[in-house]
Amino acid sequence: MSANAELHITMLRHMLLIRRFEEKTAEAYALGKIGGFCHLYIGQEAVAVGCLSALREDDYAISSYREHGQALVRGIPPGVVMAELFGKATGCCKGKGGSMHLFDAGRRFMGGHGIVGGHIPLAAGIAFAAKYQGGDQVCVCFFGEAAVNIGAFHEALNMASVWKLPVIFLCENNRYGMGTAFERVAAVTDVVEHACSYDMAAEAVDGMNVLTVYDATRRAVERARKGGHPTLLEVRTYRYMGHSMSDPLHGVYRTKDEVEEQKKKDPITQLAEKLKEEKVLDQTKLDAMDAEIHAEVDAAVKFADESPDPDPAELYHDVLAD
Amino acid sequence: MPTLTYRDALNQALREEMQRDPSVFLMGEEVGVYQGAYKVSRGLLEEFGAQRVVDTPIAELGFAGIGVGAAMAGLRPVIEFMTWNFALLALDQIVNAAAKMLYMSGGQLRMPIVFRGPNGAALQLSSQHSQAWESWLAHIPGLKVVAPATPADAKGLLKSAIRDNNPVIVLEGEMLYNLKGEVPEGEHVVPIGQADVKREGTDVTLICHSKTVSVALKAADQLAEQNVSAEVVDLRSLRPLDESAILTSVAKTNRAVVVEEGWPHAGIGAQVVDIIQRDAFDHLDAPVQRVTQADVPMPYNKHLERAAKASPEKVAAAARRVLYLE
Repeated sequence: MSANAELHITMLRHMLLIRRFEEKTAEAYALGKIGGFCHLYIGQEAVAVGCLSALREDDYAISSYREHGQALVRGIPPGVVMAELFGKATGCCKGKGGSMHLFDAGRRFMGGHGIVGGHIPLAAGIAFAAKYQGGDQVCVCFFGEAAVNIGAFHEALNMASVWKLPVIFLCENNRYGMGTAFERVAAVTDVVEHACSYDMAAEAVDGMNVLTVYDATRRAVERARKGGHPTLLEVRTYRYMGHSMSDPLHGVYRTKDEVEEQKKKDPITQLAEKLKEEKVLDQTKLDAMDAEIHAEVDAAVKFADESPDPDPAELYHDVLAD
Repeated sequence: MPTLTYRDALNQALREEMQRDPSVFLMGEEVGVYQGAYKVSRGLLEEFGAQRVVDTPIAELGFAGIGVGAAMAGLRPVIEFMTWNFALLALDQIVNAAAKMLYMSGGQLRMPIVFRGPNGAALQLSSQHSQAWESWLAHIPGLKVVAPATPADAKGLLKSAIRDNNPVIVLEGEMLYNLKGEVPEGEHVVPIGQADVKREGTDVTLICHSKTVSVALKAADQLAEQNVSAEVVDLRSLRPLDESAILTSVAKTNRAVVVEEGWPHAGIGAQVVDIIQRDAFDHLDAPVQRVTQADVPMPYNKHLERAAKASPEKVAAAARRVLYLE
C-alpha cells in the first residue's frame, strides 16, 4: 500500500472512531452516565482528522468545548476520554474537567475551553511561546463560527498578524451557534473575509472532505513554520446533532430536510467510496474496520464504567501548584 | 540600604527576575518604547530587547489571553495593565482561563503568570478610573492576590509573584509610585501570604493594605496624640490572607478597625470581619468597624472625592468608636 493510501486509511479509521465514540457517548448520556453539557462532533469528523493529520507530534492543538474528536485524533486513548466524560479518576483530567475540558499536555492537546472564543488568544500565546523558545512548532486553534462575533477573535488575529505568530485559526463553520443561524447575527457571513482586516492568509475549505482539509492545513502549517505567518481557515462543515445533548436535532431553527440533505455529503462515506474506487478498500475490509472500532469503543465504555470516582480528597487538589 | 521609589523598586524586581530567568517576559500597553505609562518598565526594552519587553495594542483581553497561552507553553509572563480599571476587559482570561487551568486540566498545566498594574483611586480621575478591585480578584480560588504598601514590599512581593507557579495578581497603589523607602539590594523576597505589623500598639488594631497603610499610619499618629496606642497590620497579601496575624493582633488589642480603598459591600473588610467574629469572638471588646470608600461611584469634584475616600480622620474616628471614646 502506498504511503498516501495508508494515510487515507488512517484518516478513515480516525473519522470512524470519532463517529462510533460519539454515538456511544450519546447512549451513555441518555443512561445518565455522563452529566452536564456534552457537545457531539458527529458530522464534523473530517475537520479534526484532516487538520490534525497535517501536524507533527510536537505541534500544539487547542479547541473549544466541542473537542472529543480532536482529543481522540491527538492520541488520547478512547477509554481515557470516555472516563473523563464519566467524571472518573482515570479520565485525562482526573474527572475534574469533563466533556468540555479535555486536556493532555504531554500530547500537546491544550484543552477543551468553555467560553466561546476565549481560547483564541490562548492559541496565539502558545504560538508566541513556541517562537520565543526558538522552536518551529505551530499551534492550531479550533473554534466555531459563532466565536467570530466576539472580540477575543479579532484581538487575537490582529496580534498574531502583527507579531507573525505561527498559529492557524481554524473556524469550524457549522452554520449555527446553538440555534442561531450565522447569517442572522453576522454582517459578514464569509468568515475568510475577516482575514483581510488583519492582513492574513486565508482559505475557505470544504469541511466535508477530509483530504481538502488536510491539504489546506498543510499549506497553513508551511506558512507558519517557515515565516511564522498565521492563517485563517474557514472550514465549512455541518453538525448532525443538536448543539448539545440537551438540544433538539432540528425544529425551530433548521429543518429535518436540511439535516438529511447535509448527511448526503457525509465525510466518512465520501472517503470510504473514494478508497473503494481506488481499490484501496473493499466493503469487507470496511466492515472489519468498523467492527474493530465498535469493540474499541465498547471497551472504552467498559473501562470508564468500571473506573473509580475521584477520591473525595481530590476536591482540594490542583487548586494551586507548589 | 538604598532609598528607592515604589516604581523603581518594582523596576528593580522586574529587571532582576528577567536577568535571572530568560523565560520571564513583560507584555502590555506602553511598556517598551514609551518606558511604561507609570515608568515602572523604564530601561527594560534597552536591556532585554523587543522580544522580552512587548508593546501591545489596546486589547486587554487579547494580550492577557496571549500571556495565559504563553504560560501554558512554559513561559513566565508578566502582564502589565495600564490600570486595573482596564483589566476588567480581561477578566475572562484571568478568571475563566488563568485561575482554573491547573484544576480543570487535572493538575497538568501550571499557570506561572503575573497580572500587575495600578489599582485604586488617584486624584480627580472620576468614576471609571478610580476603583479598587481587590475584593473581586481575591474572591477567586486559583489566584493569589498581593497589594504592597511600601517600596521594599513592592520589590519583594513582585519577585515572589514572578517566581510563583500560580497566577498572581499584583495590585500596585496608583498613588504610591512616588513613595520613597529603603529597599534591600539584590535577593529580597517577601513571601506571599504573610502580613506585616507596620506599627506596634496595644489599644486597637488597624487592619489595612496598599495605600490605606499610610492612611492608617497617619491615623495612628493622630491617635497617639490622644494617648491611644494603635497597632497597624498591613495585610500585604489578600489571598491567601494571613489569618493568624490578624487574630494575634486582635487578641492583643481586643479592638479592630478594617480599612480599605474599595467599596463596603462584600469588600475585603467583610472577609476580615468574618475571620475575627468566628475565631476571635471572645477577645473582642467592641464590634469591629470598617472604613471604606463611600458606597458611590467616585465623583470628579475634589471636595466630593475627598469625602468619598478613606482618610486618617475617618480611621481615627472609627478607632475612637471601638474604644467608646466617642
